[in-house]
Amino acid sequence: MKNNNLSWSIVSLMGLSAGIFAAGFAGVAGAAETVDLATAVVKAGEAAAGAQSAVNFVWICVAAFLVFFMQAGFALVEAGFTRAKNVCNIIMKNLLDFCVGSIAFFVLGFGLMFGNDVAGFVGSSQFMLSGTSPATEAGLWNYAFWLFQCVFAATAATIVSGAMAERTKFNAYLIYSAFICLCIYPISGHWIWGGGWLSAMQTPMIDFAGSTVVHSCGGWLALAGAYLLGPRIGKYTADGRSKAIPGHNILAGALGVFILWFGWFGFNPGSTTAANSTIGLIAVTTNLAAAAGVISSMITAWVRYGKPDVTMSLNGALAGLVAITAGCANVSPGSAIIIGALAGIVVIFSVEFVDRVLKIDDPVGAISVHGVCGAFGTLCVGVFASREFGGASGLLDGGGTALLTSQLIGVATVFAWSFGMGMLLFSVIKAFVGLRVSRTEELRGLDIEEHGNEGYYGFQIYTTE
Amino acid sequence: MKLIIAYIQPHKLNDVKQSLMEAEITKMSVTNSLGCGQQMGFTETYRGAALEINLLKKVRFEIAVNDEFVDKAINAIADGAHTGAIGDGKIFVINLEQCYRIRTGDTGSEAIG
Repeated sequence: MKNNNLSWSIVSLMGLSAGIFAAGFAGVAGAAETVDLATAVVKAGEAAAGAQSAVNFVWICVAAFLVFFMQAGFALVEAGFTRAKNVCNIIMKNLLDFCVGSIAFFVLGFGLMFGNDVAGFVGSSQFMLSGTSPATEAGLWNYAFWLFQCVFAATAATIVSGAMAERTKFNAYLIYSAFICLCIYPISGHWIWGGGWLSAMQTPMIDFAGSTVVHSCGGWLALAGAYLLGPRIGKYTADGRSKAIPGHNILAGALGVFILWFGWFGFNPGSTTAANSTIGLIAVTTNLAAAAGVISSMITAWVRYGKPDVTMSLNGALAGLVAITAGCANVSPGSAIIIGALAGIVVIFSVEFVDRVLKIDDPVGAISVHGVCGAFGTLCVGVFASREFGGASGLLDGGGTALLTSQLIGVATVFAWSFGMGMLLFSVIKAFVGLRVSRTEELRGLDIEEHGNEGYYGFQIYTTE
Repeated sequence: MKLIIAYIQPHKLNDVKQSLMEAEITKMSVTNSLGCGQQMGFTETYRGAALEINLLKKVRFEIAVNDEFVDKAINAIADGAHTGAIGDGKIFVINLEQCYRIRTGDTGSEAIG
């Protein structure tokens, strides 16, 4: 990527110098002909703009490819943190939610999110990318922009898979995957990113790369889904005590987290949707928050459980990344460390709360990582936003509570929307298709029962708990 | 003293453990095993190709009991493992000549209990 940036700056320099050379030449030819000089300057400007546009295309596409790779990260985290007998099912869910989601987002989702605004609530054009012409640069840009938004929608969709792992019927999951990208994610996304009412408030809500738009939306849907499904067999004792069901491959889970971290360098810096000079800064805040999240969650786990827990430390990285996503372009690197560190602590207490108090079984911690830390990170923008970095002022920058209030309104309404729609959608699926596999199927494993495959043929695996 | 060996379906392990607990039988050895009986294996498809699997995954119980616990143990295992379908499993009972507890040197009935 570094090389890309370098070569594109060379191209733009060449364009510029050619223009200046032409201008100089015009000057030599006849000093009085200022019209020629002006034309040459305009041409130089056009050459530079053309180069800038090309770099923008490259950057938004590279970022989209990186975010696509996060699908691999999610698949590995979820597969690793659950049991060997369900690994095929996890992979199929992660594969299919991207595929079903892509097509759903093409058909309806993108139009609802970025089409012409209706009453600040929903978009109403560009369904199936209609009106987008490959003959114009604006049209071509729309294709690139669609791809970038599509991988974001798929990220929101795939969050739910982990929370509902090991017990959900595959056909029920396919139906859910279509609906989140058809309408649930796009409508709340429209409010914040598509010119809807949250972005039109007097102090607009700031969610730069989607702590709320993407992560909380997925997290709250996961909450609704996992709640309606009920816990896995053996997760709670008869008297309600929570038992651990360890994941079968921490190596896969850890690789998944590293891949997600890597993909986040497209997720956050790519959300500039232009190759400008802020992408380095955004990558810095993103990285620092993740690092601080790991350290703080590791220390918290060490103090509470006596050992530096691996899966909690890995969750800490994701917590820091999710939390900084809203404010990655609006806070200082120092604030990013504070936000990440706090998120690392929040995620541990949230996982315990969901597990022991709400008694909702979330095998990978998706509700806490994406829902809770997404909301927490969005609120943090209202506190830590600094005029020096992104133009907006939070509480600590002397901006008063205006921004914090906007953030709170955004977090609350997206919670109400996505949790409410989640409850509705999953209840309807439960009534008509059924949400959960049978007891025998769950005990034998979804791989054999749902897919007729084994994830680890030839290995001896205890599939008996 | 008898040694009870039972082969059951892996997904019934928890149920069998539960009913053994209820019958106050708390000492057991459990291993994964492969085998086939009347169930005759099954056919799996992998990337479109059929794959015949003759040996099925089973769970093997070994429980050493004093004579008065034999029937209780058999009933408990049967209760936990029974579904009525082919493949539920089998229970074998054999005489146990001697039992020796390594830690204390106890032998016989005392060592089992």
